[in-house]
Amino acid sequence: MTAFGKLIRTTAFRLTLVYLFLFALFAASLLGYFAWNTRRLITEQITSTVNAETGELSDIFGRRGLRGLVFNIENRALRPGANLYLVTTPAGQAIAGNVGSLAPGVMGSLGWSETAYRRLDDQDNADHRALVRVTELTSGFRLLIGRDLDERRRLFGIVAKAAQWSLLIVIVLGLGGGIFVARRVLRRIDAMTGTTQRIMAGDLSGRLPVGRSGDELDRLAENLNAMLERIEALMIGLKEVSDNIAHDLKTPLTRLRNRAEEALAKSSNEAEYRSALERTIEESDGLIRTFNALLMIARAESGQARDNMDNFDAADVANGIHELYEPLAEDNGMTLQVKTAPAPLHGNRELISQALANLVENAIKYGKPVAAAQPLGADAVVSAKEILIEARRDGDQVLLSVTDHGPGIPEADRGHAVERFVRLEASRTLPGSGLGLSLASAVATLHNGDLRLGDANPGLRATLAIPARVAAGTRVAAQTQDVPQKVA
Amino acid sequence: MHDDAARAMVTEGWPHLSATDPHMRLLIIEDDRESADYLVKAFREVGYVADLASDGEEGLTLAESGDYDVLVIDRMLPKRDGLSLIGTLREKGDRTPALILSALGQVDDRIKGLRAGGDDYLPKPYSFAELLARVEVLSRRHGGPAEETTYRVGDLELDRLSHRVARGKDELTLQPREFRLLEYLMKHAGQVVTRTMLLENVWDYHFDPQTNVIDVHISRLRSKIDKGFERPLLHTIRGAGYMIRDGIR
Repeated sequence: MTAFGKLIRTTAFRLTLVYLFLFALFAASLLGYFAWNTRRLITEQITSTVNAETGELSDIFGRRGLRGLVFNIENRALRPGANLYLVTTPAGQAIAGNVGSLAPGVMGSLGWSETAYRRLDDQDNADHRALVRVTELTSGFRLLIGRDLDERRRLFGIVAKAAQWSLLIVIVLGLGGGIFVARRVLRRIDAMTGTTQRIMAGDLSGRLPVGRSGDELDRLAENLNAMLERIEALMIGLKEVSDNIAHDLKTPLTRLRNRAEEALAKSSNEAEYRSALERTIEESDGLIRTFNALLMIARAESGQARDNMDNFDAADVANGIHELYEPLAEDNGMTLQVKTAPAPLHGNRELISQALANLVENAIKYGKPVAAAQPLGADAVVSAKEILIEARRDGDQVLLSVTDHGPGIPEADRGHAVERFVRLEASRTLPGSGLGLSLASAVATLHNGDLRLGDANPGLRATLAIPARVAAGTRVAAQTQDVPQKVA
Repeated sequence: MHDDAARAMVTEGWPHLSATDPHMRLLIIEDDRESADYLVKAFREVGYVADLASDGEEGLTLAESGDYDVLVIDRMLPKRDGLSLIGTLREKGDRTPALILSALGQVDDRIKGLRAGGDDYLPKPYSFAELLARVEVLSRRHGGPAEETTYRVGDLELDRLSHRVARGKDELTLQPREFRLLEYLMKHAGQVVTRTMLLENVWDYHFDPQTNVIDVHISRLRSKIDKGFERPLLHTIRGAGYMIRDGIR
């Protein structure tokens, strides 16, 4: 497409053409209306002057006879800018007035007519036009009174010329403006297109240029940039996931394969085969669990789970999870307590339950008090073995927290702990996929909240802070800046 | 004689699994040849009649003509997908229990599957023990006990209305959740119930916990109903789950 073709195809240019047409139409009809009205006004003026004079002169003729009329007419004809006068005998002979010649037949018909004429004193040979009225005086004499129409014609000419010029100006300015605007828009759109093409070619770090005017295109560019930011974050997250899958799933897969190989090579009886196979199944179940957790995180982070949200109370979730895990905690030599206050939420109940379950499982696994750090009485030891689930509302947020009194996580490690597959040194020997905290964090992010890791002195307090339900359906829009920090 | 041979195969192939109803008829609708063959073979080894359809249209025709107790339907099928197949059956008033197998294991997909008329949903990859347990529970041949107000297994008795549980002459005190756990197990007495089934049906959670949280609940329940009694009723089925039944069948 040529540059000009592109230009005239722009919306801005097409709009300009439409407006141009409308303005021209408007200007033309305005001028037309003006001209027509003026013409009417002039004609009316002429008619009333002529009528008045006809009345006056008929009156003079009636009172002072033909001589008086002739005298009066000669007088009037001498005035500057005089009207046209002509008096004829019954035989049609002109006896007074300033009209030299008329179109034939004008004097023959009474009443108004428009005619070509020449004045007696005209030097040029040009015809003029006039509006005249012929009346019959008594005894066959006829009187013609009229007025030249040049004035009217001149006025019409002026209007026509004005119309021509204004149309020309409107068209030139309009087209010029249209092209200017269209080219400006086109330049910016071209810049955007260039960037998007670069992005599509794979350079995800590209961003659209944003001007300073804050106009609609800038706002569009800003929004598109925010979108690109999100896409880039998701892509990085995806890449990270696949890297992690490659790295962390390969290890157990290798282990699995080695065991199977070993069993095949060395097992001599059925019992050995059986136990090798059982271990293989166990290992693959673990793999499936890890895989499911990864998918869940990816799905929570991509925001897909937003479809499945409803209203519920986080206190119920806390009580439910407490009920589920209380025996497990006891079996592990700890006590699980719950403290709840109403905490209305709008979200995915299943995911929030799972996030809380992960935090509780972590607390049970890693929250055992460090023996050396507890040089206290028996009471303190008992409370140190307590894990507390709390649900409450704090301002416009719902806080779901799990507090243990184990070794906690050093402040420097907290950001790191949320990352996928990270298992801090202390936990290396315990079973688990290392995905619990990252899933909890992804769930918080999905609900526009965050996962906070704090100090319980000693111990860890993990808190899911999620915006509380305000009123039905008011908090639907996803924030654009809720890109998880850990994927950056 | 033939039956005995099948039995022998059962105990050989799936030592911990055995058919709770040797006359159950299954239709498996699955397009992946290998997994389909595996399923058919495994179900037959356990002692069930299993037919196979390899696409949605064939599956629909078979499901409509055959008298099946359970349909096992892959979600993504050629010609007609699993959900639409179930939808069509349900529109025609066919209420044969259907279990959906799907590679999409997420909660939303499960809900979609159940809304379309499925009765259960099992994400791939699954263990055969899990599938078998679910199919047996689904089978309409076991629809009976649901309406009973009292469940009995051996000398264990559970009254669903008064929430009373007794073993022999001893009255047992159970926590509400223990009661529901036992109720579910007894409703499916003689059938294997897996950990995920318990988590789904007793607690209504659909995630898999990374810990043995269900086992702990079971061992508590066991200590209440079996401890001090000569004959245990609550059995652990290795590699599958749990089953409540009177020791000798």
